[in-house]
Amino acid sequence: MTTISERTQAPAPAAARRKTNWNTVLRVVLLLIAAALTLGPVLWTLSTSLRSPSESFKLPPSFFPWNPDFTSYAQVFRQLDMVILVLNSALVTGLIAVGQMVSAAMAGYAFANLKFRGRGALFSIVLATMMVPVQVTIVPVFMLIRGMGLSDTLLALILPAIPTAFGTFLMRQYFLGLPADLAEAAAIDGASPWRTFRSVYAPLAVPGMAIVGILAFNFHWNEFFRPLILTISEKNFTLPLGLVSLQGNMGTGSISVVLAGVVLSMIPALVVFMFGQRALQAGLTAGTGK
Amino acid sequence: MSTTTRHRAQAAGSVAPPAAHAKAGRHSQPWLAWLFLAPTILGMGLFTLLPIVASLVLAFFRWDIISAPTFVGFDNFAEVVQDPTVRVSFLNTLVFVVVAVALQLGLALALAIMVQEKLPAWLRTFFRSAFFFPLILSAASVSIFMRYLFNEQFGVVNWALSLVGIPAVPWLTTPGGSAAVVILVYVWQNFGFSFLLFVGGLASIPVETYEAASLDGATGWRKHVHVTLPLLSPTTLLASVMAIISALQVFDQPYVLTRGGPGDSTRTAVMVIFESAFQRLEFGQASAIGVILTLIIMAITAAQFRLSKRFVFYQ
Repeated sequence: MTTISERTQAPAPAAARRKTNWNTVLRVVLLLIAAALTLGPVLWTLSTSLRSPSESFKLPPSFFPWNPDFTSYAQVFRQLDMVILVLNSALVTGLIAVGQMVSAAMAGYAFANLKFRGRGALFSIVLATMMVPVQVTIVPVFMLIRGMGLSDTLLALILPAIPTAFGTFLMRQYFLGLPADLAEAAAIDGASPWRTFRSVYAPLAVPGMAIVGILAFNFHWNEFFRPLILTISEKNFTLPLGLVSLQGNMGTGSISVVLAGVVLSMIPALVVFMFGQRALQAGLTAGTGK
Repeated sequence: MSTTTRHRAQAAGSVAPPAAHAKAGRHSQPWLAWLFLAPTILGMGLFTLLPIVASLVLAFFRWDIISAPTFVGFDNFAEVVQDPTVRVSFLNTLVFVVVAVALQLGLALALAIMVQEKLPAWLRTFFRSAFFFPLILSAASVSIFMRYLFNEQFGVVNWALSLVGIPAVPWLTTPGGSAAVVILVYVWQNFGFSFLLFVGGLASIPVETYEAASLDGATGWRKHVHVTLPLLSPTTLLASVMAIISALQVFDQPYVLTRGGPGDSTRTAVMVIFESAFQRLEFGQASAIGVILTLIIMAITAAQFRLSKRFVFYQ
């Protein structure tokens, strides 16, 4: 906020510095409040899960687990088939991620480096499928799964999620960014097209594939809508589904147990956050640039 | 659509000259390309394209899985459009989109501008990570712990409000309170995505532009109104379209937080698709609602392209 007098005459350097300092302080304070409101609920969840179930609803709340108590974590494993939920989630998410990495790398390579009739039109169709919301195709997919005899199996969650338009788009971009003379050189050396892909391009594409894998892992680990519809029996539940049903069963009982389950479900996401954050951010905003 | 492959390679902004890519193709065989495409194309054909067609067809039939489907013409659409629950849900979704997207974009833009101005590097990294963090959590998990935070008697939110003398708010037991919670929880989780887009957009504005503006006597917020906002308009348009499209499909948060209640106050369009298909087994009607929602999404995307021609300022 500058006054008119300040703008008409050049302010003294010292005053200018002090003014920008106040601006910076105000900015940092506002940012800190925003960061506290963003991280606060998560810290509260963590510290509440580390309290004994009898102390769940403690006010004033604490945001740091000073005296960690792991009773609730033991209870989660007793009340909920946590092991099965984790295994199901890991299996579904892992296989989707691997399937997407491989199929997207192959399709991306074909769109970037191989010539065939209808390449442009086909790529447009692939991109167009990105616009279709999952809720529109879910009823026919549900029928299809029933028709294939895959009702209430983990494959019902895995198979439809493997073809990926976004992943194909990302991998095509990635391959286009690699020098084309590599293919020339390989051809001159007498490498077959397959060999060129296998030994020259695929190894170079690993970072791109990692982005596809991390994005797939994060998205499908957290997925709720499809599992809610495509899994019926509890032995096939994934984590988010199991937690929601646990919460339903407990009402407002010992919330620390429910929160312990929530914290456990966050661990893989946290690992990805710590080691793959850059890739995740790059992937999330990829293809949105000018 | 029917651009040449050469032009496509150029448009993709590849590092290598496009001609080289076209030449590399000389050594490739089409059968290999089709082999490479097979998993993706077959998978999409089976699990995306076929279901889209099936959905369009199904919207004109009455079918409950048990008996044979019967053709009913536009009856499903007529019934759906007149169904009070469907109407309320679409209206709720519309209100939700307007309020949540406005909050999400406003918050993201303000924070992005604040983060991008002079700050120590470690602090900037910390804030970016903090705002990005909720994105990696599952909406179901978030909705579970938010339910406890917004609990009327024991919730931390009402406790914090009581510190400044505000009486307990009946968050999850009244229509207005529930709608507010669904919006707040959704924005809390999703503003980080818009924030990332804005940070990227701001980073691409050349520093010289600001220097020129400063020479012309623009200071502080004035600089942002006259320089940042016009130059950021492509990002703003992109961020708003993406935010609108995802907000139109909101399901996880209201399902876990309120199950659409109290009454129908927080029921959304996707919840109605889910309920009519998998609770009432009216697959034709569910498809009809899905078709309507998709048409709305396509209309918004088309409008985006129109608007971008008219209002967006490209350098």
